[in-house]
Amino acid sequence: MSRIAKKLEDRSKKALVAYVVAGDPSSEFTVKLMHKMVAAGVDVIELGVPFSDPEAEGPVIQRGHERALKTNTSLRDVLAMVSAFREEDDTTPIVLMGYLNPIEIMGYDAFSEKAASAGVDGTIIVNLPPEESGALGPCLEASGIDSVYLLAPTTTDERASYITERSRGFVYYVSLKGTTGAATLDVIDVSLKMNRFRKITELPVIVGFGIKDANSAARVAEISDGVAVGAAIVSLVAQHLDSPEDAYLDITRLLSGMRQAMDA
Amino acid sequence: MDKSGINENLKSQPDLSGHFGVFGGKFVSEILMQALTELESEYRRLQHDKQFQAELKSDLEHYVGRSSPLYFAERLTSEAGGAKIYLKREDLNHTGAHKINNCIGQALLAKYMGKPRVIAETGAGQHGVASATVAARFGLRCQVYMGSEDIERQSLNVYRMKLLGAEVIPVTSGSCTLKDAMSEAMRDWVTNVDDTHYIIGTVAGPHPYPMLVRDFQSVIGEETRLQFAEMHGGLPDALVACVGGGSNAMGLFYPFLEDSSVRLIGVEAAGRGINTGEHAAPLTAGSIGVLHGNRTYLMQDVNGQIIETHSVSAGLDYPGVGPEHSWLKDINRAEYVAVTDEQALAAFRQLNLLEGILPALESAHAVFHGLELARTMGQDQAIVINLSGRGDKDIPTMAKIDGITIT
Repeated sequence: MSRIAKKLEDRSKKALVAYVVAGDPSSEFTVKLMHKMVAAGVDVIELGVPFSDPEAEGPVIQRGHERALKTNTSLRDVLAMVSAFREEDDTTPIVLMGYLNPIEIMGYDAFSEKAASAGVDGTIIVNLPPEESGALGPCLEASGIDSVYLLAPTTTDERASYITERSRGFVYYVSLKGTTGAATLDVIDVSLKMNRFRKITELPVIVGFGIKDANSAARVAEISDGVAVGAAIVSLVAQHLDSPEDAYLDITRLLSGMRQAMDA
Repeated sequence: MDKSGINENLKSQPDLSGHFGVFGGKFVSEILMQALTELESEYRRLQHDKQFQAELKSDLEHYVGRSSPLYFAERLTSEAGGAKIYLKREDLNHTGAHKINNCIGQALLAKYMGKPRVIAETGAGQHGVASATVAARFGLRCQVYMGSEDIERQSLNVYRMKLLGAEVIPVTSGSCTLKDAMSEAMRDWVTNVDDTHYIIGTVAGPHPYPMLVRDFQSVIGEETRLQFAEMHGGLPDALVACVGGGSNAMGLFYPFLEDSSVRLIGVEAAGRGINTGEHAAPLTAGSIGVLHGNRTYLMQDVNGQIIETHSVSAGLDYPGVGPEHSWLKDINRAEYVAVTDEQALAAFRQLNLLEGILPALESAHAVFHGLELARTMGQDQAIVINLSGRGDKDIPTMAKIDGITIT
């Protein structure tokens, strides 16, 4: 059983998924932060692969990408961070989240092999809908890496079936129209959508976008299989660029608060 | 090029999934998939809607001022001493460039789709001005994303957009130029997809944009075909157009794709020289990748990060290019060359002096190569250069280069 499947197996326990941009502001910081997040109760880590043109991100995560690129953090470096993390943690699933181009340039076969051997469990490639993944999908599958696809508020039921049939590990519901870190979430709306998805797929549905604090995490966890938090973490990284210890403290506080509220 | 028959199908691209061979496609976040599907089906429906087509035709004629003339450039021709040189005068359109052909089409689309708001990205401001213009014409709200660097460099166009009632939104992410403005416009569209149509200004972006922008721009090539037959007879031996994103070139080339006797030549910006790395010539010196919704040739580093481009002409200063151009290059149907800043500036001056025409710096790239090409051809041959825009907007840049202060 894959790390993702094992972690998400018990549906009564809601998953807390945490996103950081790899290399923001340094590789050492990221690897240490990953361990801190696990200690705070995070189940799955989404590691953002820095890209020069992160089209679907709001300003907070864009700046994270820019900071990581200041030190030329490459996809190879991101995989090295995964390997370093795996030296001490062999159970927490890691999903790379990013854009297709860096993977395209490395080559689909090379990427799939290197990612698997580094200890990557899944990918969320924001600008790669299943229609365009005919070549990459089989390479990832052969390496045992889950392709996680997105659902959106605008996704029709018919399309949701098409997407969930192709998604592995879980599906990620982008609960807001907009970019990462945008506006507030309408929980009733998410709940209606979740009811529809439940009829379409058995896969765990993780809800991202609009989760900012313990309260929103708990409310969304109640109606889904888990929540993903990103911009709230990245903005704390940005606030404490000169004092990593403060960043670890504040992020730990945020995530343990969410964990407790979700488990209560 | 396979001249044995493959050319018969060159106009049937993209395929149903939006690909030109391996290029093009729909590489976007799931949030946009529904909007793109909707746009495509509406567009395909309206292609056969008599009222839509009549409105488009009427606006192109009475508002844009089409058809634009095909002009035999006599003095330019004798200067070259070779092939006859014809200029397709897109510079004489309302707002001074070919951009309006596409904007009129897309604003009408927005109107028919019931979207009261349009957004656009702009580099030099030409597409922003054209979008703001049609928004005023159709009573649509308009916001234009523009890199903060470009806002500084193009204050005239920024003010022009404001006069037209559009709001110019500065983009401060990434390199603060056209590519970032395009990313930001996509982010806006993701957020406001219900009431907003995104007017992409070139033949790039996710499917169906490369197709629909090409179709709206094809009026350039269709007119050229008829005008050339009337003035000269037969078909031209070559067509020459500048390529940034590539919409004016695609619009000129498309109606001729299946005429294998017609050479199609796209001219990219070599900036300070291809060997300096400071250029905007992805087809000449780039590699294949995925950006802004499509697979195409890009300017990128070994890690797949998009790199900054340079050209004296802001309209060519884009790290990607329309996917259909990438495909035409790979199947050897079109040729792509690059012209430096310095060469384009020389052609800019030459066209002023020899023909009394002030070309846009973008178009001056095509003029330079067209002249070089004509020299190598016989006097019984003829070429058409697309004069995609006029150069009034470039006067401050030129004056600065000449050390003249304009107040």
